[in-house]
Amino acid sequence: MSDVAASPEKILEVEDLEIVFGGRHGKAVRAVDGVGFTVRQGETFGIIGESGSGKSTVGRCIVCLLAPTAGSVRHAGQDPFALSAAELRKHRRSFQIIFQDPNAALDPRMTILDSVCEPLVVAGVGNAAERRRKALQMLDRVALSAELAERYPHEISGGQKQRANIARALVLEPKLIVCDEVVAALDVSIQADMLNLFADLQRDFDLTYVFISHDLRVVAHISDRVAVMYFGKLVELGPADVLMTAPLHPYTAALLSAEPEPVPAHLRARQRIILQGEVPSPLAPPSGCRFHSRCPRAEARCTVDEPEWRERAPAPGRMVACHFAEERLPPVQ
Amino acid sequence: MSDTLALSPAAAAATPGEILLAARNLSVGFKDEDGWTDVLKDVSFTVRRNEIVGIVGESGCGKSLTALSILNLLPLRGCRRTGEIRFEGMNLAALGEAEMRKVRGRRIGMIFQEPMSALDPVFTVGDQIVETLRTHFPLTQAQAWERAVAALDSVGIASPASVATMYPMSLSGGMRQRVMIAMALVCEPQLLIADEPTTALDVTIQAQIMDLLVDLGRRTGTAILFITHNLGLVAESCTRMLTMYAGQVVEDGPVESILARPLHPYTAGLLRSLPNQQARKSRLASIPGRVPSPKEMPVGCRFAPRCTYAEPPCHEPQALEAVGERHVRCRRSTELHLAGAVA
Repeated sequence: MSDVAASPEKILEVEDLEIVFGGRHGKAVRAVDGVGFTVRQGETFGIIGESGSGKSTVGRCIVCLLAPTAGSVRHAGQDPFALSAAELRKHRRSFQIIFQDPNAALDPRMTILDSVCEPLVVAGVGNAAERRRKALQMLDRVALSAELAERYPHEISGGQKQRANIARALVLEPKLIVCDEVVAALDVSIQADMLNLFADLQRDFDLTYVFISHDLRVVAHISDRVAVMYFGKLVELGPADVLMTAPLHPYTAALLSAEPEPVPAHLRARQRIILQGEVPSPLAPPSGCRFHSRCPRAEARCTVDEPEWRERAPAPGRMVACHFAEERLPPVQ
Repeated sequence: MSDTLALSPAAAAATPGEILLAARNLSVGFKDEDGWTDVLKDVSFTVRRNEIVGIVGESGCGKSLTALSILNLLPLRGCRRTGEIRFEGMNLAALGEAEMRKVRGRRIGMIFQEPMSALDPVFTVGDQIVETLRTHFPLTQAQAWERAVAALDSVGIASPASVATMYPMSLSGGMRQRVMIAMALVCEPQLLIADEPTTALDVTIQAQIMDLLVDLGRRTGTAILFITHNLGLVAESCTRMLTMYAGQVVEDGPVESILARPLHPYTAGLLRSLPNQQARKSRLASIPGRVPSPKEMPVGCRFAPRCTYAEPPCHEPQALEAVGERHVRCRRSTELHLAGAVA
């Protein structure tokens, strides 16, 4: 592939991404269906969606844990799937992922220090002493002491385990980290600590994040831009502040309104939109607009015409896929 | 829809405000090689009829243990429970297992977080509801089945008759939780204990389920004890809330007034650590440190080691004291002016 078109500030370009699971014997599930976005260097790009929306599948594909069925992923202009296995292994160091469950991500038979050293061993960095020094340094950076580093995963708390996972991802000095539900399993006060840590690390290491979560508050807090996924497709994309206050897509509006607000009733201005019905089965996606079966705004044409993914003028950088995006949706909050 | 559930028409006519459940000095301890350790300590609170009371707190604060100890679903060995649980003129803490069985599911319903582990995978949904009904009421199979279908209908399940013949595995998470609610309410309990009923669900489905719970509570007059870590859900559905910390109740009062002006630094800390729109990208306030382990509980105020307002006298034991319409376990509660929740 041509590597010349690389724009230095576009660290990640995803274009018409399609990921299909199964199909040879059973029915195929189109988990990701034509998703495209770009992420700039140093930015935090949030992806919101409910379970089954395909957000984690996109995240895994970004770091080459899954190959796309169609479409492309480019890392700073380069197609990682065109690399040889050895090249890819080296390339991967710059594109890391952190998962939700800190327990599953750490080997219970390895100390925290060994777990953090492991990526360095795989990458063949330095000798044992250097690796240890590097790992301890990184653990210190995420506020885990050398004493804790000698412990096993079961001997530390959930928050500490997630810190260890962050250190593990950071130790190879990546450029981009996909954070897949990294704070979902944590209590609020620990979650707050962790979000602060992510912000600090971004500044210190010039990191780019793709921050995937079902938690709107978390995504809105940390992200510069947010994309909303529904059923394998992007339905809306825009700067976090405007998307959260003036959503264009009925699904975004419903998501925002469904998020319970911990404030006294008189401070709660927004109107509740309760979506009817269940999330449709991925084996039988609805025709036309995939949201039409639950959409309060749907009309007959929505069941037939699939809305185009388009920029919604006059707001630059705001993308939406809804026939009625021009109508002003009621402002949330 | 409401009459489809009614076994006794009087059930819906509960007097609002009357005390239904009163826990007094409830303590639960576990035994290991070092002896007994109290995990719940002197928990006292009341639930009135028609009320929805939320219990909030971080994991390990004793929220679920409080629910389990009300229902006496504690391990038989190596566990002790002291204190009093007054419910409809009985002391649940003094009941034997045979009597307790008549209370569980009949007078006190329960819903847990993970519906899949609470439902039996080898029986149809209808059979499981029938089992609950026939345990408590002298109904024929056909009568019970009819009621089971009606109960599924009342929780908003479309085509309840066919869903009743389905196994839990063929239902979505939201549907399973609706089935759990139908099962918990089919005997028209006076009290429903819901322990994180929506935690495993997506936010749009969570909104549906919460709506349903609040609506059913209102229509049937069932009081709800709602356990959650989500302050937003408490703010939107509950009338009163309890904050628990390290096995104790630290604050108790009407939701609106607690959110507007928390009196305990821990409640205030929980509210402050939530991300909100106005302060996007700014630093979040967190509560330093961790919940102490039950074996290393401080002698004085249990929150003092993490509290920014702690003074030397805070390291003395602290009782839950009445402050107006609220109860607070903090000696500085009236002098501190803690910030409430902001939109």
